Amino acid sequence: MKKHWWKVLCVGCLFYTIIGGFLGTVPRLDILNETIRNLYFHVPMWFCMTVMFTVSMVYAIKYLNNPLSKYDIVAAEFANTGILFGILGIITGMIWAKFTWGDYWVKEDYKLNGAAISLLIYLAYMVLRSSFDDEQQRAKISAVYNIFAFSAMIPLIFILPRLTDSLHPGNGGNPGFNSYDLDNNMRMVFYPAVIGWILLGVWIANLRVRTRTIEENQENLNA
Amino acid sequence: MNLIQEIKFLVAKDLLLELRQRYALHGMMLYIVSTVFVCYMSFRFSNGEIHPITWNTLFWIIMLFTAVNAIAKSFVQEGKGRLLYYYTLVSPQAVIVSKILYNALLMLVLSIVGLSVYSLIIGNPVQDMTLFVLNVLLGGIGFSSSFTMISAIASKANNGGTLMAILGFPVILPMLIMLIKISKNAMDGLALSNSYDELITLAAINMIVVTISYLLFPYLWRT
Repeated sequence: MKKHWWKVLCVGCLFYTIIGGFLGTVPRLDILNETIRNLYFHVPMWFCMTVMFTVSMVYAIKYLNNPLSKYDIVAAEFANTGILFGILGIITGMIWAKFTWGDYWVKEDYKLNGAAISLLIYLAYMVLRSSFDDEQQRAKISAVYNIFAFSAMIPLIFILPRLTDSLHPGNGGNPGFNSYDLDNNMRMVFYPAVIGWILLGVWIANLRVRTRTIEENQENLNA
Repeated sequence: MNLIQEIKFLVAKDLLLELRQRYALHGMMLYIVSTVFVCYMSFRFSNGEIHPITWNTLFWIIMLFTAVNAIAKSFVQEGKGRLLYYYTLVSPQAVIVSKILYNALLMLVLSIVGLSVYSLIIGNPVQDMTLFVLNVLLGGIGFSSSFTMISAIASKANNGGTLMAILGFPVILPMLIMLIKISKNAMDGLALSNSYDELITLAAINMIVVTISYLLFPYLWRT
């Protein structure tokens, strides 16, 4: 049990998020109305995706320093989980955009496109991985691309939207969420939500890494 | 041999090769001319006029595809044996830097040719030509720095041609957005100070990409 405290924390946080998120008090704001509750789901998805991709890149660097296949598995599976959360983030964002900005896909928004492009980068990473037969070569070259793509993604998601116009809060001269609508009631739910979703991501990735490791060991035994 | 000398030597070698087998360079130039002509014909028979924004976007897309095609071959054309020969002679950093420099040179030539043909056939609504040409040159250098590393990665995989595009396009996008914004400013004849932010971002992205390539290429080249 001592080893699994974080899984309990994760489940607790997520239950708290769902119950507190749908039943808690939120400020009444024009246009946003009740959709502001999506803050507990949409924003943590992106935090979680960023964390997953960062972990993936760190393990890619670790692999290049010390080529062990377990590092490669971790890098690949965290990237996979990051893609999952990125897709969820886009879906929750699209629903939110439909109700507040009037369309599922708002073409003026660079942040939206930046997010979609960063997903394309990691999908390309997966295609790159699948185009090698040799395992060591696959691990090494995809690690190189992982680091290269991550450093190209950072300006994409964090710098460009701030330079250009965006409808998101905190970009293109818009005030950030903190200043006008993230009141203390919402903070009480938002921070646990972020922790809960990130832990869920780590959990999913952890399970996938373990199954992949077992599969690989079995293959080695059979071979 | 120190690094600078090695780079000089390798760039000179690439130039010499290019001049000896002219068909590659001529092929690329013809590629631009025929692409421009295809665009011209398609627009002419559908509507007639090209809107300035379309003019700008179309130009950059033509340049993008030219860059992919020109740079994709930079590692593929080096046979396995020749690469092996380089490993015994020079450092990996010299190889990647010389390739980036050489491709930048190639892109400078191709961009100038492209811009002249494009202006000649389709017309030229640009007001601030100095800034536009400067931007085109910066774009050529930017394309070469990003795509050189990508072509090194793609050349290791089985289906290099497709991979080059899917790995490269998402990575090049932040740069492309900046380039299109600057050239839009140049077309509208805005003062140079309006483009400082974008120019600095462009230079920063370039520096990140070159640094990362410099650091990562040694891991890639022996596989």
